[in-house]
Amino acid sequence: MSHHIVKFENVTFIYPDGTSALKGISFTINHGESVGVVGANGSGKTTLLMHLNGYLLPTSGTIKIGDLILNKKTRIEIRKKVGVVFQNPDDQLFMPTVYEDVAFGPINMGLDEHSVDFKVRNALEIVGCYDLKNKPPHHLSGGQKRAVAIASVISMDPDILAMDEPSSNLDPKSRRALINLLKSFKHTKIIASHDLDMILDVCERCIVIKDGVVVADGPSNIILSDQKLLEENNLELPLILQRR
Amino acid sequence: MNFDREFFNLGYLDRLSYKDTIIHNIDARVKVIGAIAYIIAVLSFPKYAVIPLIPFFSFQIFSIIIGEIPISFIIKRIFVVSPFILFIAIFNPFFDRNTAFYLFNIPISYGILSFFSILIKFVLTVSIIIILISTTSFSGLCYAMRCFKVPEIFVNQLLFMYRYIFVLAEEAMRMVRAKELRSFNKKGLELKFYVKLAGNLLIRSLNRAERIYYAMLSRGYNGNMPYNKRKKLGFPDLLFILIILIMIYFFRFLEPVNSMGRFILRLIR
Repeated sequence: MSHHIVKFENVTFIYPDGTSALKGISFTINHGESVGVVGANGSGKTTLLMHLNGYLLPTSGTIKIGDLILNKKTRIEIRKKVGVVFQNPDDQLFMPTVYEDVAFGPINMGLDEHSVDFKVRNALEIVGCYDLKNKPPHHLSGGQKRAVAIASVISMDPDILAMDEPSSNLDPKSRRALINLLKSFKHTKIIASHDLDMILDVCERCIVIKDGVVVADGPSNIILSDQKLLEENNLELPLILQRR
Repeated sequence: MNFDREFFNLGYLDRLSYKDTIIHNIDARVKVIGAIAYIIAVLSFPKYAVIPLIPFFSFQIFSIIIGEIPISFIIKRIFVVSPFILFIAIFNPFFDRNTAFYLFNIPISYGILSFFSILIKFVLTVSIIIILISTTSFSGLCYAMRCFKVPEIFVNQLLFMYRYIFVLAEEAMRMVRAKELRSFNKKGLELKFYVKLAGNLLIRSLNRAERIYYAMLSRGYNGNMPYNKRKKLGFPDLLFILIILIMIYFFRFLEPVNSMGRFILRLIR
């Protein structure tokens, strides 16, 4: 299957205030791959993720998601294919109850009541939060918020999951649960994070970004054990590799 | 710290509305209709009416007992808004000095009557609204407003306000704490600090609004806020509204206090 590929070709992006965040990024992600995007603070990871479903459109270069080239017309269609989970779950969970939040996407897709209910139930059961469905988001713990945020995206059945720092602010147990959850997904995954141990665990491939360009792209276990490369990018060896 | 306490107070009202009692479980639409009918009935009494208003307190008494709402909580809220109404009513006794009747040889003027009438109407209507809010989930209230064709934009405003007031208050609380931990009880810069706090919060919430909008867009938001249909009104809901409306009609038009008074007088004679 080739229709779930993500292809960036020489993508640049300049913010309205003149900051150029992406300076010619190219890569191809194939169907079912899980890819970690790492880099220093301010290297352009978040900007890159905001391009994935067309919140930002590239200043130059092309982005191809599946068979569609991202532009103003296709971005509605692309948003159904790419689910983005944000860094701060409080930004993502904006409805008064968990159920309504997870149902937001499916209802917008025009599904009837019955299939909306089915999708919500399914998504919440996958992340293990079905019992919380009538709670308001501000009564959830950090780990629960994160899980519900993921459910609110997978209820739309996206082909591609993009996540910004999914493991930040989680206690070790919740983090482990998240990693196991991510491993169980068959979607194409793109994860931007500083949690290199998680990337090593979840992603087989890793892209390193520095100042808006790709400086390394390859198998995670090779890239994440290259101490020199990592230190040049304000990173360090994953803890699990440091013990050796 | 004062601010912390206020913050947890805010959450208290919210937590009250998640209890599981008969009143909490009645459909929000029915409760809103009941509250509106109640308010119209109370406000429609003539301006010197005092005694006929008294039976209306029975609604509050019942819902406080059944809905397990702490009465001190309601009284506190009423006190917070009372200065406004006191200022409106306080001049009535001075302007309207015609004597209405004598109570144990003390002349009671029409002004005093209307003063108490305004006061009682105020306590009745405000407390019924507080009871409505503390026994109904906010999303239920918003759903009810949608059903009554309140413009979508107002309902959405309320929904977002409710969702983010906690986030915003927590942010403010953290900033106040950070300030207090480094100010060593030094006074004098308070006002300046709070001005900056307000500005800072505004900028933060603008940024947050943009991120939320992005989150909505990425889940297919197209200008219409989707919502789930709720279940239809059940028998208990209809029974509830029927009883409420009959009681309101009874108290408003049949003047039970007058007839009761006449009845007792007749017994005495």
